[in-house]
Amino acid sequence: MNIKDKPRISLHLDVSDFLPANEEEKQSIDIMRESISFWKGGFQRLVKNKLAMASLFVIIIVMILAFIVPYFYPYSYEQQIRGSENLYIMEYSEEELARIEAGEKVFPHILGTDSLGRDLAVRVMMGSRISLLVGIIASCIILFIGSTYGAIAGYFGGKVDLIMMRIVDIIYTVPDILVIILLMVTVKHPLKELAENVPGFEWINVVGTGLISIFIVFSLLYWVGMARIVRGQILTLKEQEFVTAARALGASHGRIIRKHLLTNCVGTLIVTTTLQIPSSIFTESFLSFLGLGVNAPMPSLGSLAAQAVDGIRSYPHRLLVPAVAISLIILSFNLFGDGLRDAFDPRLKN
Amino acid sequence: MSDVLLDIKNLRLSFFTPAGEVKALNDVTFKMHEGDVLGIVGESGSGKSVTAYSIMGLVPFPGKIIGGTIDFNGHRINDMTEKQMRDIRGNEVSIIFQDPMTSLNPVYTIGNQIREVILLHTDMNKEQANERALELLTLVGINEPEKRLNQYPHELSGGMRQRVMIAIALACEPKLLIADEPTTALDVTIQAQIIELMMELKEKINMSIIIITHDLGVVANMCDKIVVMYGGKIVETGTSDEIFYSPRHEYTKGLLRSVPNLNTKSHEKLVPIEGTPLDMLNPPAGCPFAPRCDKCMKICLREMPEYSKLSDTHECACWLLQKEAFEAAAGGEN
Repeated sequence: MNIKDKPRISLHLDVSDFLPANEEEKQSIDIMRESISFWKGGFQRLVKNKLAMASLFVIIIVMILAFIVPYFYPYSYEQQIRGSENLYIMEYSEEELARIEAGEKVFPHILGTDSLGRDLAVRVMMGSRISLLVGIIASCIILFIGSTYGAIAGYFGGKVDLIMMRIVDIIYTVPDILVIILLMVTVKHPLKELAENVPGFEWINVVGTGLISIFIVFSLLYWVGMARIVRGQILTLKEQEFVTAARALGASHGRIIRKHLLTNCVGTLIVTTTLQIPSSIFTESFLSFLGLGVNAPMPSLGSLAAQAVDGIRSYPHRLLVPAVAISLIILSFNLFGDGLRDAFDPRLKN
Repeated sequence: MSDVLLDIKNLRLSFFTPAGEVKALNDVTFKMHEGDVLGIVGESGSGKSVTAYSIMGLVPFPGKIIGGTIDFNGHRINDMTEKQMRDIRGNEVSIIFQDPMTSLNPVYTIGNQIREVILLHTDMNKEQANERALELLTLVGINEPEKRLNQYPHELSGGMRQRVMIAIALACEPKLLIADEPTTALDVTIQAQIIELMMELKEKINMSIIIITHDLGVVANMCDKIVVMYGGKIVETGTSDEIFYSPRHEYTKGLLRSVPNLNTKSHEKLVPIEGTPLDMLNPPAGCPFAPRCDKCMKICLREMPEYSKLSDTHECACWLLQKEAFEAAAGGEN
């Protein structure tokens, strides 16, 4: 019987299908997936997190209000408008009403004015700027000191670790508010002298001794948490074989810490720093509320709230607005930090 | 005979643990010539890897060299400072680790990691280093090397990562390559490829290789010389023929009995070495293998045997050999 006479098994098949495939055809199958880096993957996960994106949106709005809008705002934060003291929300003073009658355009006091006739809206914005600046700069200081300290302690281990971590323990036991108050009081005077007498240090007056001493306090006391977290990470990371491999290839200690260890905990660093920002803002507000923070007339959210306490019965919004601003900033930074952790912490992957 | 590249004499190394002193290496002595392939064989905890690490000056804490000397290529390794060591590591001597899955830094691309070594030890600029990295990847037989340079370790398979590790190790054309169980974590099919690759590269750039393994099959073909270690001591050294065809130490014999070969009949059973590896915290005074040895004699428990020279290359430390010599001498007297 002839094979050709037999019916085909399937109509889809053809004799040419059974010819050997050549190299080019084989190559066409061999498509490689686009490589997804750590960062790309993290951002993809972050973008999918609606809560984190919403809080990022809030943070951006607050940033715009705090850093850009005051430049275009018709009032400035230290400008005292005579006759416009203690205005309510959207209220105009008699003088301003007269100007409006005359056909002039007067920008409304959206949140009213305070007892000295300063526009509250712009003061809240400036206050947010100070709070954000303190939060971000202090967190950067904490990040720098904490990660360096923690990495050194964790990497070298043994006695170095023991001594360095006991110092951390001691700093933990110090009652921080007490130290802050003491430091601020003692540091204020020398800083002022430095600004007035030593050329090159005039900028201290611009920033304000209060802010500088806040930064000093943060860099003295608040890095310990970061140092502990980083040390813990480094302790597990340094046992990884790639660290031995790096040493076997002749890398120095400093290089291993910088290039191999800290880069591997960069996710944790970002997350901890982001979560540090609201806590710094909180501390700053608290200190300003006590009257230890920024120098007048510079407002901060905390000092605004403190001033509002005096007239709380008649003008509750003066307390409410900065308080809501603090809560909003802290909440959105916390939520965003959580989102970052979910996206970048390798242990929480999948 | 070519020059001596590595000369280890009476190396003693201990780990000072909270539980006490663990004598990881006890009078380890061996020599290696340029272009040699040396296999170090032994079971877990026998001191193979520690020997390798001490050549690199990478003895892990709390280990400490307490005696003996290591001479490598004209350097006295155990007298060198950390800084001097760094110039040698990766440059004159390189190491490949057992587990390729964890030996690459997960946050850098392959290219970045290869370049790092090149930039560290040579004065090439970035572009030259990149070209060299490409060349190396081609050399170790990775397909589409241009693409791999920009990939991250997690995107490569185990075999490919081991190839990358070899590429990194070879970046500066070292005199000596130490391979610490290079194939243990790999599939059998990949194992053969990696071994073949190492042998090929050895011919190409004329380096020496130390292979550390517990797999006799790996060392059989490629090694010129084999060192068998047990309990921190070298129990037998010899050429690969001597070790495989006329093993003298009971431990070596036991090892060979426990590996299948083509002559094993289907009904024959493999004979495992009975007992457990010894507790290095309390090593016996005598031969470390004595508690597990079938032919253990009284003296084996008391004293460590001397090395008997069986040929120029073959040495073995076993009381059985001493006994033979003793009986021969006694027989001669009669």
